[in-house]
Amino acid sequence: MKKIITIIALAFIVGACGNKKDQSEKAENDSGNLEGTIKVDGSSTVFPITEAVAEEFRSVQPNVKVTIGVSGTGGGFQKFSRGETNISDASRPIKDKEIEACAANNITYIELEVAYDGLAVLVNPENDWVDNFTVEELKKIWEPAAQGTIMKWNQIRPEWPNEEIHLYGPGIASGTYDYFTEAVVGKSGSSRGDYTASEDDHVLVQGIAGDKFSLGFFGLAYYTENQDKLKLIGVNNGTEVVKPTLETVSTGTYAPLSRPLFIYVNSTSVKSPEVVAFVHYYLENAGELSTDVGYIPLPTELYTKQKEDFQAFVESNK
Amino acid sequence: MNNIRKNRWKDQVFKIWGIFCTLIGLVLLVVFIGDILIDGLTRINWDFITNLPSRKPENSGIYTALMGSIWILLLTTIIAFPIGVAAGIYLEEYSKKNRLSGLLEINISNLAGVPSIIYGLLGLEVFVRIMNLGASVLAGSLTLSLLILPIVIVATREAIKAVPSSIKDASYALGASKWQTIWHQILPASGGGILTGVILALSRAVGETAPLIVVGALAYVPFVPQSPLDEFSVLPIQIFNWISRPQAGFIENAAAAIIVLLAITFVMNGIAVYFRNKWQKKWK
Repeated sequence: MKKIITIIALAFIVGACGNKKDQSEKAENDSGNLEGTIKVDGSSTVFPITEAVAEEFRSVQPNVKVTIGVSGTGGGFQKFSRGETNISDASRPIKDKEIEACAANNITYIELEVAYDGLAVLVNPENDWVDNFTVEELKKIWEPAAQGTIMKWNQIRPEWPNEEIHLYGPGIASGTYDYFTEAVVGKSGSSRGDYTASEDDHVLVQGIAGDKFSLGFFGLAYYTENQDKLKLIGVNNGTEVVKPTLETVSTGTYAPLSRPLFIYVNSTSVKSPEVVAFVHYYLENAGELSTDVGYIPLPTELYTKQKEDFQAFVESNK
Repeated sequence: MNNIRKNRWKDQVFKIWGIFCTLIGLVLLVVFIGDILIDGLTRINWDFITNLPSRKPENSGIYTALMGSIWILLLTTIIAFPIGVAAGIYLEEYSKKNRLSGLLEINISNLAGVPSIIYGLLGLEVFVRIMNLGASVLAGSLTLSLLILPIVIVATREAIKAVPSSIKDASYALGASKWQTIWHQILPASGGGILTGVILALSRAVGETAPLIVVGALAYVPFVPQSPLDEFSVLPIQIFNWISRPQAGFIENAAAAIIVLLAITFVMNGIAVYFRNKWQKKWK
């Protein structure tokens, strides 16, 4: 009997020691022991980056469940402003109306840039007359007033052929369309209506690849995957002609058609260590992972600066 | 004489036109399925079924989306089946022919034609926000139940109408009550038709994307729902998500996921046909 009691007592002591060790480890390096759920929603453009980060984060913190929705930038902010999500993916900065909605629900947040996306301007590979566009020329082609009047290539530059110009672009519901019209026409969501629009960028690739007199635009990743079928056109930013590449987008010389992608983090959520760990991991790895999924990383010092900003944000909301 | 020949000629022309029209749908379907099979068949293997979504197309799988679809299917069946069949029985057997029942009938037919995204908006407001169920499997299933209820009700009514009145009359003549007649005669006789309708409605539900996106179904979930209140993703959303990615590998994945989804609906339709044949034999 005594023996049994001793064994049980020993077992308890050993067990207790084990627990103590676990706890001290947890306190020391925080690795792999976090639990909880992180809810992310928002832009489908940013989705591949967040998905890649969540996928890799799983191997570091297997017990943290990250879920990602694709309600679109606007839909994501709507949920974010109701406090329904911890992080919001966005392919444009938050709008005034959305800021007001957040304020009304006492939601404060931090905005973090995670990568760049370049908008590529493309023509058919058989098109041998176009070498570059100026922003003014793009505006002349795409602005609302061009509808029904700018119909031929030689209306843009007289030396270009007297042939009809066929336009291809993303549908008006997409963030890409918003961004292009803002950068080129000057007003978000304002363009001519008589162009071939598709929410599926593969359709645009097929359209441009099969039409000698075509002109279109979409995200750079779709060009990278279809280089043999399309001809990339440089944009004249006033001083020089720049084609979108890793360097020109990353350094901002490919203006005005490169845009930053964002995540927004709710200030209440950073009280949870798993959210803090996730966002740190995000900024740490966004450069490499965004390249993997077809976007362009920020310069390293920008990631470093944002990590510091985020750390300060976490401290101030403790 | 000339007139007869002319009419025969017209008959022939119409026949050929009819064959042509019948073939359009079939040929398109064969082309579509062939295209999908070529793109996706090589991608289907056990890993594809059991892996979680990934940024690398070759590591991606449909596990959570498939499980989400199965959850949605089961819960939608549990919710829509009893309600739809009971409503169908009421409308066919109990309700009196008056203005109210006329209004009900018109509305049910109209509901069958409402675009599915409208049901999504309804589900978001009522189930997700007012009932506070969140973007859960239950909220999604309730939304899809609403979507297929009109189809289930109409199918139930048609099946009941098809029961010969002699069976009903005989049951009443033997002194059976209305409920006994319905339970012991009408339902067994119309069971095949009702089940066929329900299964066809469910195979529509399993392919729905828009209402579930509105309700808040996710594009990336690294876990399988453990309860009806957990969040989820479904196959059509996974397919939609992959189709819109630039990398060719994801297009292959989408094709493979489409094959899985098609297989599910084919199996369900097969079950529907089986039940119909079984019941028909029994009652001949």
